[in-house]
Amino acid sequence: MDIVWIIQLFILIPLFGFLVSLFIKPGSEKWLSRTAYITTGLNLLLFIGFFVLWVISGFETLNLKEFVVYRSESYEFLIDFYFDKVTAVYLFVGSFLTFLIIAYSRYYLHREVGYKRFFNTVLFFYLGYNITIFSGNFETLFIGWEVLGLSSFLLIAFYRNRYLPVSNAVKVFSIYRIGDVGILLAMWASHHLWHENITFLRLNNYDLVHEHISSHSEIGMFISFMLLIAAAAKSAQLPFSSWLPRAMEGPTPSSAIFYGSLSVHFGVFLLLRTFPFWEHQPVVRILIGLLGFTTAVVAFFIARVQSTVKSQIAYSSIVQIGIIFMEVAAGFENLALIHFAGNAFLRTYQLLVSPSVVSYLIRDQFYNYKENSQKGGAYFPSRLSNSIYLLSLKEWNLDRLMNKIAFTPLKKAGHKLDFLNMKNVFLFFIPVYLVGIYFHFHQEYIPSYILNYIPEVFSFIAMIMVLKAFSERKLPRLAWLLVIMAHFWITLAVSFNEHFDFSHSLIYLSGIIPAGILGYVSLKMLKNHEPDHFSLNGYYGHVYEYPRLSFVFLLAVLGLMGFPVSFSFLGEDLIFSHIHENQFFLAFFNAISFIVGGIALIRIYARLFLGPHVKNNHENPYRSA
Amino acid sequence: MFTKVSTQESSIAIFNKAETLHKLAHFLPAQSPLKDFIHHNTLHAFQDLPFHEALRKASAWFGYKVYLSLSEYRNLYHSGQIHDPILDKCILEITRTDAPEVWKKKLLYGEYDISLSSCIGLFRNLWKEQYKFNLDKAVFPFLFRVVGSYLDQGISIWQFPETTPGFLASLRNLEKNSLWGMLKGERAKKLLLDEETTLEKLLEIVVGKPEYFEPYLFDQQFSHPGWSGMVSVIEHNTKSLLDKRDISLHDFIFFELILEIDALDSKFNATWAPLSQVIEKQIQPIWGEVPEKELDVIYKIWQQAYEWSYFDQVLKGLPRKSKSDTEENQMPSFQAFFCIDDRECSLRRYVEQLDSDARTYGTPGFFNVEFYFQPEHGKFHTKVCPAPLNPKYLIKETDSQKAFEKDAHFTKHTHGFLGAWIISQTFGFWSAVRLFINIFKPSKSPAMVSSSAHMDKLGKLSIEYNPNCESEEGLQVGFKTDEMADRVEGLLKSIGLLKDFAPLIYVVGHGASSINNTHYAGYDCGACSGRPGSVNARVFSYMANHREVRKILAERGIVIPENTFFIGALHDTTRDEIDYFPEKDLTVEHAVLFQKHRAIFEKALHSNAKERSRRFILTDSHAEAAKVHEKVKLRSVSLFEPRPELNHATNALCIVGRRELTRHLFLDRRSFLNSYDYRTDTDGNALLSILRAAAPVCGGINLEYYFSRVDNQKLGAGTKLPHNVMGLIGVANGMDGDLRPGLPLQMLEVHDPVRLMMIVEQKPEVVLDVIQRNAATYEWFKNEWVLLSVIDPVSQQVYIFKQGKMMPYECVTSEIPTVQHVELLMESTAQNIPVLQLI
Repeated sequence: MDIVWIIQLFILIPLFGFLVSLFIKPGSEKWLSRTAYITTGLNLLLFIGFFVLWVISGFETLNLKEFVVYRSESYEFLIDFYFDKVTAVYLFVGSFLTFLIIAYSRYYLHREVGYKRFFNTVLFFYLGYNITIFSGNFETLFIGWEVLGLSSFLLIAFYRNRYLPVSNAVKVFSIYRIGDVGILLAMWASHHLWHENITFLRLNNYDLVHEHISSHSEIGMFISFMLLIAAAAKSAQLPFSSWLPRAMEGPTPSSAIFYGSLSVHFGVFLLLRTFPFWEHQPVVRILIGLLGFTTAVVAFFIARVQSTVKSQIAYSSIVQIGIIFMEVAAGFENLALIHFAGNAFLRTYQLLVSPSVVSYLIRDQFYNYKENSQKGGAYFPSRLSNSIYLLSLKEWNLDRLMNKIAFTPLKKAGHKLDFLNMKNVFLFFIPVYLVGIYFHFHQEYIPSYILNYIPEVFSFIAMIMVLKAFSERKLPRLAWLLVIMAHFWITLAVSFNEHFDFSHSLIYLSGIIPAGILGYVSLKMLKNHEPDHFSLNGYYGHVYEYPRLSFVFLLAVLGLMGFPVSFSFLGEDLIFSHIHENQFFLAFFNAISFIVGGIALIRIYARLFLGPHVKNNHENPYRSA
Repeated sequence: MFTKVSTQESSIAIFNKAETLHKLAHFLPAQSPLKDFIHHNTLHAFQDLPFHEALRKASAWFGYKVYLSLSEYRNLYHSGQIHDPILDKCILEITRTDAPEVWKKKLLYGEYDISLSSCIGLFRNLWKEQYKFNLDKAVFPFLFRVVGSYLDQGISIWQFPETTPGFLASLRNLEKNSLWGMLKGERAKKLLLDEETTLEKLLEIVVGKPEYFEPYLFDQQFSHPGWSGMVSVIEHNTKSLLDKRDISLHDFIFFELILEIDALDSKFNATWAPLSQVIEKQIQPIWGEVPEKELDVIYKIWQQAYEWSYFDQVLKGLPRKSKSDTEENQMPSFQAFFCIDDRECSLRRYVEQLDSDARTYGTPGFFNVEFYFQPEHGKFHTKVCPAPLNPKYLIKETDSQKAFEKDAHFTKHTHGFLGAWIISQTFGFWSAVRLFINIFKPSKSPAMVSSSAHMDKLGKLSIEYNPNCESEEGLQVGFKTDEMADRVEGLLKSIGLLKDFAPLIYVVGHGASSINNTHYAGYDCGACSGRPGSVNARVFSYMANHREVRKILAERGIVIPENTFFIGALHDTTRDEIDYFPEKDLTVEHAVLFQKHRAIFEKALHSNAKERSRRFILTDSHAEAAKVHEKVKLRSVSLFEPRPELNHATNALCIVGRRELTRHLFLDRRSFLNSYDYRTDTDGNALLSILRAAAPVCGGINLEYYFSRVDNQKLGAGTKLPHNVMGLIGVANGMDGDLRPGLPLQMLEVHDPVRLMMIVEQKPEVVLDVIQRNAATYEWFKNEWVLLSVIDPVSQQVYIFKQGKMMPYECVTSEIPTVQHVELLMESTAQNIPVLQLI
């Protein structure tokens, strides 16, 4: 019996459930929770049934070539689904835990402001989860990946009127985006490696992989390395680890399931999924193993000094994930899968019962107290032990390190451009852009040695605009326009590559333009209502008064960042496919623009609409709370 | 440059360190670590001012929201919970206006700028405004982590190295004795290590001019009041931690200033000027006068109208038209002592309904026996009496059979390397099963807090003083006979039970059970310092059954018949179960009676659970009481239930008088009930001791609910759903947040923020005299933090206490409706129910 068709139900059911949940009244707890309950329950049942059929069919690896979204002679964008052992385990853990958490949250979230938002977001997350684990190629995986990133942002910032959840949400989102660079560049490089839209199924073909990689070993290394960056960011491995405990700002069940179990194991998933690709690159395997090992050791010490229950669980989980990385690197796929499932269940439960730790441990202390029982560093001489203690208390400076190597340089670069304002941006860049377009159609006027550099120069301009948008302190609309313009520059830059089909630009801009206009109008409206509280210098929390406008603007943000809600997403991939193999800088600049642009947009949204409400006509929490 | 040499002397003259620290500690939140949750007036620092003035100042100085919002009041008015005639009356009383309709219009439709502005934080905000530097972000996470790790009571596996010498000394040791310090810059390091460094010196570097020291410290400490308050509480009450820590607010501030200097140095390379040098415009001082604005009057009127819309009904309903003391003369079938707790109000009603000859009494739930309790194998003493008392006695448990189950989910091995590697692949799957069971079939587990775990009912207690037994830590083990007699006599006199003792008398303490509840201690008996009252109930019963004690009592005129037997018991207010602790085997006659009474209690508990269930929206209250009861019990063991019970929510009254005064009224579990017989207390001494305890305890509970409800963000703990446990001492949001004192939202959504009305049955002149005998007690009433009224037992005239006088009060409410079937009422609404007369 052919069971492949069932796969699409695993996507359609959550999609349907999510869409339905969007249209339920916020006050109707019963219907919201029921929708989520039925959706996840159905999925769990479907999994059980499907699993039985799959076992009967002899654990056959399945591939469903869903549909081709776009095709031209050199390029094909297709949605492809895939099912094997890895998917099966992830599907089991995911559907089981999500179902339980939904059942749990039906009561736990009772009367909470944002009840609807919570269930919407969880279902959205679940949709992304299923798309990712069923994905049969990088393009499909990337769709799911993006959904996961956004829903994580929304869940961490669930308490959107407080400062810490919002700033942590932006931080986690930024680190996820850095991971996304890895996937984007890996996708770009694999276009060139395979000259086709490679499916994960075909990666299992040893001869094929071997043949390609042995002739292009650098590209193979590059792809693997990029995948490792993406996996490390998602699974909170070094140097990204410090985001995980900071993600636990939402209601406890959501932290339990996402950051305790599902979200954080996606790096492992990516590695397992691409294992056949890097299996025969010993350097890569050693690198993965070493990364896992170092992370496990560092996180082990950090976990030991944590005095808050959730951060302790977070770091303990990182230790295990580090070990799972080692297992994957060693090729113990089954062990890694079992370890993943056990760790996910354990941490979810530990987080859920974490409030009980007070009574349990105080009782324990009352009856079993021994002085100095928590001497953790007794194995070392005191000077060394004190030093390790302090270092661990500071989380080995990982948080500072992330800022130092990633965000501060970006900001600094952006601040070098502080001379840019609305006026000179328009007066200078628009004419230049028009000149650029003119030369695009009259390339014969340009000497060929210049022509070769034009794409890089233009994409560099795009990157500069995005950096400025990212570091802009005052003017939201300027930042917004800069991101829009960056997209145009990117399009122009790539269009100088010879085989370029102009319709590809249109596909790309088809989503950017309406989103740009929508967002600009939203900003304009907000500015008219709140002229005194309209800046990027701090958080304003306007969602308190303008929840609808905030939602509309969020949609515009998604459109403009090339989120898979419009064709721009496809266009992005298309654009990358036009970057030549040797145009590494072009790819790099574009990737940076893409990543930093996304962060800049989320930052505009967060600063204007989220955070402590600027008006004090109602109770407001302390900023430190 | 910063090294401006100003004279140390002048700074001392303007800045008095001790005074400022004292002032800070006074205004900071005073909530103890989680294991002892004791309700108190959140704005205790303002208690020397009249209520509304205090609120106005607290709001202007600290930015607290202190009333419901205007729209909430207006909604209450439109939904009929604020009564129109009462509102009119309040307008006249407060404004003394000739044109009440103008005010009424303002109240109902006036538009005001309701934004809260505060003086706190303005000065320190200059770091952001002038220096463009987010100092908080640079300092707070590490500061909180250090102090949290230092105070941690057992979460971290690797404890803070060397906690014994004290916070600052420990930090110095750590800084000296490690390869890299915690500080980045040399200057900060030097300042920390130099033991000569004074707070003034650090303030001079950071702030500059001494006159700005105090404002700066207030700004600084109130930017994270949670941790500062916790440090101050631990400093002043070392017993609040089992694993002792030596820390003071001074040391904490000292370290924070060092961190600030370090952060500023590394940002500006030591070329920054102290903050007072960059002041551009005058900074509004914190302690300025706060003139009363029209909006303040509006709030005052609304609040008073809201309160009196309820109190007026109560005062109308309480006095009895026809005196029917006949039933009193009948011999009671049994008697039961309960805690004054508002949660016992309805249970007593059901017991009396089921057996009209039963008599119930209310008295603070430690039953007048104050002592420390040490369970077998316990390493510490637990205070089980009101927090302000300092008992000299210790009761020890022996022969306990109790053993605590372990739960591997809390074991440290899950946080390790190899151990956790094995655990997560094996035990991890058991977690999945456990989770499944816990969600679909919740049951008791080791993670829960059970009221019955406080004491082993089969264990022995060292109640009797043994001269051979040495005292422990200055505490006498057990009570001598005359000491027992004093306590029993004191209690019986206080509640006015001096004759007509029934064969069986139940002494019912109370406690609560819950799971996943960080604030569990706040659910137990407040009169037992947040512990269940089971040991006290047992100890009191033992004393009252004691042959020698009874002899002494008889000499003092209280004759307890041979046949009377006291039985200790514990009411679990979450699960609505009663556990009994008879001290010895019952006689046949008693056993028969006991069976009968047990059945009555059982039935009353079913009804009580059903009555409570009407507030739990997700529980169906329509079913039969016993079935609803089962559902209610599940709440105490369900991981996913943030509201195992609603605790003191809706409390509004404290009635001090005989049960005859209240027995005919349905008070909707809103009243503390303290038994008191004016006839046996002509000099008012018994009343004095009741009020001395009841005003702070009930008033503290009431005001903590009030403030946590009106400003759940700054004065309450916010929603509990994201809470993270910090060091077992407090909760915070997320990992880097400040501690959140106060009550979480889930405890008080249904609470009506009204002040407590204390109603005493006694002659007004006696009450007036009694309340003035103790200054601390008088402050509560004089400044109207607790309202007071008196019912003259002879004339049945109602008086209210106002401006130092007892004024006769005429009720606005004309009639109190009657109700026949309370059970049906329970199924009809989840809202507050007005005062009703029971038939």
